[in-house]
Amino acid sequence: MCGIVGLFLKDKSLEPQLGSMLSEMLISLSDRGPDSAGIAIYGAPSGNEAKITIQSGKPEHDFRNLDAELARAIGTPVNIAVKSTHAVVRTTPDKIDEVRETIQALRPDIRIMGAGDVVEIYKEVGLPEAVVDRFDVRSMTGTHGIGHTRMATESAVTTMGAHPFSTGADQCLVHNGSLSNHNNVRRELIREGMKFETENDTEVAAAYLSSQMAHGKNLGEALEGTLSDLDGFFTFVVGTKNGFGVVRDPIACKPAVMAETDQYVAFGSEYRALTKLPGIDNARVWEPEPATVYFWEH
Amino acid sequence: MPAINVSKATREQDHEQSRASRVFDLAEMPLRELNQTLHDLAPGSNETAWEVLHPKGSHSVAVGVDQPITIDVRGSVGYYCGGMNDGSAITVHGSAGPGVGENMMSGSITVKGDASQYAGATGRGGLLVIEGNASSRCGISMKGIDIVVHGNIGHMSAFMAQSGNLVVLGDAGDALGDSIYEARLFVRGKVESLGADCIAKEMRPEHLELLQGLLDRAGATGVKAAEFKRYGSARTLYNFNIDNADAY
Repeated sequence: MCGIVGLFLKDKSLEPQLGSMLSEMLISLSDRGPDSAGIAIYGAPSGNEAKITIQSGKPEHDFRNLDAELARAIGTPVNIAVKSTHAVVRTTPDKIDEVRETIQALRPDIRIMGAGDVVEIYKEVGLPEAVVDRFDVRSMTGTHGIGHTRMATESAVTTMGAHPFSTGADQCLVHNGSLSNHNNVRRELIREGMKFETENDTEVAAAYLSSQMAHGKNLGEALEGTLSDLDGFFTFVVGTKNGFGVVRDPIACKPAVMAETDQYVAFGSEYRALTKLPGIDNARVWEPEPATVYFWEH
Repeated sequence: MPAINVSKATREQDHEQSRASRVFDLAEMPLRELNQTLHDLAPGSNETAWEVLHPKGSHSVAVGVDQPITIDVRGSVGYYCGGMNDGSAITVHGSAGPGVGENMMSGSITVKGDASQYAGATGRGGLLVIEGNASSRCGISMKGIDIVVHGNIGHMSAFMAQSGNLVVLGDAGDALGDSIYEARLFVRGKVESLGADCIAKEMRPEHLELLQGLLDRAGATGVKAAEFKRYGSARTLYNFNIDNADAY
C-alpha cells in the first residue's frame, strides 16, 4: 500500500508552517503505511551553506565529537545539529564532497540520508506520528517537502528501506507501488557510475531521475522518461532544489489526489491527507491523469 | 480527460432536507457507530432521512445499508462509499474516492462531484450517478448496475462488464469495454479506443427508450438519447478458439 504526500508552497507566508502542514498530511495516512515514515523538507536557501543529513543506529557513539574530528580533518569549522538518530552537518558547498567522504572514513556505521544546499531528510521505522515527533518535523520551515508512510513489500522494514530516497544533491523521491525491472535499471546505472545503498526498487527510480537530470534533462523531461524506462506500478512524488513533480504509471492503480490554490500545490494518496489544508474547500481538487507529468518550479 | 474540478460541487450546500433528518457528525462520532446505527435500522423505521457531516475523506461511509432511507453526505468521501448498498438513496455532496458503490445491489448513489477509480465495480443493481467525471475502471465487472456519468470516464472502464448499462455524457478513455460480456455502453462523446471484443453497435428503438429513461432518472436534462453511440460485446471471446492456441 504506502501513503505519499507532497506540498509545494507558492505563498511565502505559509513557509513557517510547512513542517506542521506536512506532518498532519503524513499522519493522516498512517494506516496506509504503519511500518516506517520519512520526510524531506526543503528549507530556505541560506547563502553559502550546504548540508548533509546523516543517520546512525547508535547516535551517542557516532555523533560524539564528530564536529571536532571533521573540522580537524578538513581544516574548516563544521556545524552539526543532532536530532535523535539523525544529524544535519553544515559546511560550505565547496567542502561538501570532502565532508561526506571524511564522515564515512571516520564513522563507517553512519548512513548518509541525503545532501544538498537546502534539503534535510528524516526517516525511521515506526508509526508516522512517532517519526514526526522524534524529529520535531512540525517546527520545520521551508518552501516545499515530500513525505511517505511505508507498508513494505519489496525489501525489509529498515531505516534505509524507508522513503524518501535521495540519490543526487537536493533531489529526492517517494513512491507508492513496486517496480519490476529495477534490477536491470540498477545494473545500467551502476555501469554509469551511480552508487546504491540498498536493494530497494524505489532507490532505483530516484537514481534514474538523478541520472537523467545529470544528463541535462529538466525535472519534467526526467519524469517523462520514467514512463518508458521503468516498468511496474508507480505514483512518484519528487522534490528538487526548487521544484516539485508528480507522475503516475499508465495503469494508474496507485491512488492520487491533488489540490491547488493560490497558496500551494498539494499531493496526497487520498483526499484525507488534504482535508486540513487551508482553503481546501475552495481548492481545485483533481486526480492526476495516468502517464501524465505534472511539475512546478519556484 | 481534462483536470477534474470538484470545488463547485463541494461548495454546494443543499440543506432543504436537513430539518427533518437525523444528523450524524463524523467530527464527533466514530464512523463505525454511524454504520452500525444504519445497519441496526429495523424495516419500516421512521428514521428515513439521514445526514452525515464532516466525512473528510473517510473510508466506507454508509456501506451495507439495507433499508430504503435517504443519506446526504455533506463533503467528500474516501474509499467504498455506499458499497453493497441495498435500497438506500445516498447523495455525496462532494467527491468520492475509489470504489464508490462497489457491489451495489439496489437503491441509488449520486455523487455531486467526481469519482475516483472503479466506481460501481461489480455492481449488481441500482443506479449510480456521477455528476462530475469518473476516473479509470468505471463499472469494471459490472453485473446489472446502471451507471450514468455526466462528465468523462477514464481508461479500462467496463472491463469484463457482464450486464447493466453504462451511460457517459462526455468522453471515454482507452480500452473501453475490454473483454466485455453483455453490458450496454452508451457514450455521447469521443471514445479514445475500444478494448478487445468491444464494438460499436446499432442503436435500435428499444435502446433509445432505455437510454432516455436512464438519462431522465439521472437528471441529465437537455441531452437526447439520439446523441449517443452504443457499444457492446462482439461475443468472439465467449468460447476458446482453437486457432488461438499458439498464442498461449
